Amino acid sequence: MADLKSPANILTVIVIGLFAVVPFLAPALGEPFYVLVFARIMIWAIAAVSLNLIMGYGGMISFGHAVYLGIGGYAIGILSFHGINSAWIQWPAAIGACAVISLIFGAISLRTRGVYFIMITLALAQMLFFLSVSAERYGSDDGLNILSRSDFGVSFFSLEDNTTMYYTIFAFLLASVFISWKLVHSRFGVVMRATKSNETRVEAVGVSTYRYRLTAFVIAGVMCGIAGLLQANFERFVSPDMMNWPRSGELIFMVVLGGMSTLFGPVTGAFVFLMLSEILSTWTIHWHIIFGPFLVLVVIFARGGIHGLLTRGSDRE
Amino acid sequence: MDYVLLTEQFLNGFQLGIILFLMAAGLTLVFGIMDLVNLAHGSMFMIGAFVGGTIAVVTGSFVIGVILMIPAMLIIGIVVEMTTLRTLYPRDHLDHVLATFGLILFFNEATRLIWGPEGLVVPLPDFLEGSVALGAITYPVYRIVIIVVGLLVALGLYVLVAKTRIGMLIRAGASNRTMAGALGVNIPLLFSVVFGIGAVLAGLAGLIITPITAAQIGMGEDVLILAFVVIVIGGIGSIRGAFIASIVTGVIDTMGRSFLDVFLLLFLPENAAESAGPALSSMMIYILMAAILFFRPQGLFPPKGAR
Amino acid sequence: MEARGLQKSFGGLTATDNLSLEATRGEIHAVIGPNGAGKTTFVHLLSGLLKPDGGEILFEGRDITRLSAPARVNQGLARSFQITSIFRDFTVLENVMLSVQAGQGHSFRFWKPAAKDESLRTPARELLEKVGLGERTDVVAGNLAHGEQRQLEIAISLATNPSFLLLDEPMAGMGPEESQGMIDFLKALKGDYTMLLIEHDMDAVFALADRITVLVYGKAIATGTPEEIRNDATVRAAYLGEETA
Repeated sequence: MADLKSPANILTVIVIGLFAVVPFLAPALGEPFYVLVFARIMIWAIAAVSLNLIMGYGGMISFGHAVYLGIGGYAIGILSFHGINSAWIQWPAAIGACAVISLIFGAISLRTRGVYFIMITLALAQMLFFLSVSAERYGSDDGLNILSRSDFGVSFFSLEDNTTMYYTIFAFLLASVFISWKLVHSRFGVVMRATKSNETRVEAVGVSTYRYRLTAFVIAGVMCGIAGLLQANFERFVSPDMMNWPRSGELIFMVVLGGMSTLFGPVTGAFVFLMLSEILSTWTIHWHIIFGPFLVLVVIFARGGIHGLLTRGSDRE
Repeated sequence: MDYVLLTEQFLNGFQLGIILFLMAAGLTLVFGIMDLVNLAHGSMFMIGAFVGGTIAVVTGSFVIGVILMIPAMLIIGIVVEMTTLRTLYPRDHLDHVLATFGLILFFNEATRLIWGPEGLVVPLPDFLEGSVALGAITYPVYRIVIIVVGLLVALGLYVLVAKTRIGMLIRAGASNRTMAGALGVNIPLLFSVVFGIGAVLAGLAGLIITPITAAQIGMGEDVLILAFVVIVIGGIGSIRGAFIASIVTGVIDTMGRSFLDVFLLLFLPENAAESAGPALSSMMIYILMAAILFFRPQGLFPPKGAR
Repeated sequence: MEARGLQKSFGGLTATDNLSLEATRGEIHAVIGPNGAGKTTFVHLLSGLLKPDGGEILFEGRDITRLSAPARVNQGLARSFQITSIFRDFTVLENVMLSVQAGQGHSFRFWKPAAKDESLRTPARELLEKVGLGERTDVVAGNLAHGEQRQLEIAISLATNPSFLLLDEPMAGMGPEESQGMIDFLKALKGDYTMLLIEHDMDAVFALADRITVLVYGKAIATGTPEEIRNDATVRAAYLGEETA
């Protein structure tokens, strides 16, 4: 962050600026549809930022991170199904559910390393995916419609208003980046980054890393759960598909595409990923046939992601 | 409890275990030897089903489909290995996951383009139709064939790895790549062949269940995740571990889905058992996996030499 | 620090065989032995990376045999690594600051930037001055010369505020000049710390050690002053003879 005029920082400012003005800009340009697209991008960006916390700064490659989108979303959906719409109940419930489940999943999976960790996070996430598929009461495969968005019980702030909803998501996105920035540079963050770099050495200076990795895992789970509860509110719909494993793969790709271990990279990654799929899918319904090889090429040739390419040579985060 | 149903479901579970083993064997070899996380293994399962199935439909003979599928998958596997995966060996696991995730998207879409979104129905040949009596139960001939074929492949694989020169090279390549290279082993070729064999096994698995389930886009992915569970339980790189874990996983999963609600009725009220049964049974193998990992973080048969 | 009857085997292979050793406060106690004598296993047993099959380890009168590696560090037992183990993408100062931070209790502090924390920077900088890296604080550790990385390795261990230092071949990979620098540096630390020195470099061992234990096939075959060890017939036969061959 030494050079405020570095290309990466300029890109960051442009993307944030775009997020801020789209609700006015898009209708003015006759493309109101893009307000929806940008809201979705921001929700995914929050999830990608949360994944980057553990993957980019902690070296934990979770291949089941989208499950917290699902948990956060279903907490809203299920409570709403039972007629509980108060945000003061829904939101703490969603956050609490994510905290408890990420604590359990983390406690199990962090006992392992490397490939095992990747596969276990995937398998545990699929377990909840199949659970949601088998929950006939809550719509199984078809998902669950949410009739009204979370109600804060005050007249001046209602998520039913689309602009309020949009800027609420925007505020949470800024908060998630800011919190990441504080975390990464705190004492806690130093331990995280050091553990990624050389875990044996961290233990040899007297720090037992498991508790720190688990804490980070839970923080990331909760942050992603907030993205999930926003998604459920925004779309007025939850379905098992939002936590199916390809979503976790896409999240990883967003982080890598934008630039892993950079603060804003995941946001740029989510932006480019979703815009690209939006554009490609208007060309052909078979857009995956281009997108798949594109992904392979990014992995092989552009390892640092977009922010990595922009900051090449100068110091990285 | 119904004894006939119990035996039947046990055999069904065993048969699922065989399919899982065919998938897991290739995966675990590639993991163990090349240290490569290969999600596209699920695509090999699907491609084997579509390619072999098409040959079977065109020629009118399922057997010819199976026979021609073998060289086809060998070639496809080797091509995929040589064009894409080879560049990934020196990379970290994250790059493996992402690049092979990209391959899945590509293969799924290519399959949709070629065969259409509906999938492909492959009829059983007449001589495999029908059921035979096994003691008190009658059981479909074809499912017995799957079990027998799977057991033969498992035996063949064991002989290949444990007794032959190729197997020796595979084991040497797995334990010490540089050393094997120094001894004049053509490592790139060895890796291509191992990958090809894995692709054939996955393709075989996909093809032989196609008469039961029909070939569908993305059919390999659920099996892939189950195969991951199998590998985690069995221990990476262990064929023996993969076999035991496959059968255990297949049997527990199938039996759980059939009998867990009956079992829960023993100590839960009826409506609770009926709603908890399906939910819990879909989670059972994952709970099993978590339990095994809790006591043995490296699986039941951990690889020799710490990785 | 005292090890009593330590026992460790891998499969059928006994790597540590009824090994007892005592390092008294303030001394430099060297452990030498031919390759495969079980020195590395011994280091892992003392530092807590491996748990012994039998025997016990006492540290300042307390039994630490069952403690984890981090817990031992918090008791004042620090180690350095034979293969340089530093945070290569951190700066030199950040490397040492992490150690200082670890010594200040838990790191569940999520908000204040650690990099600007003077309670971490000041002790870290002072220590780096002491080990001779005062000019290099802002260099990324991976870019240091090999000898400097070895110094940093020791500095990281010292920053945990230990009373006991377990040094695993600190001269590994060093040229004669760098080795001499390290010998001088360790001499300067003498008295402030109890040191257990695992070393191949005989000149260093005889220059530094108050007492030497010779390890062969996991057994301590002799313990004594450098003079006694030099003249010990069994040692000459088992080890020093091999060295001249």
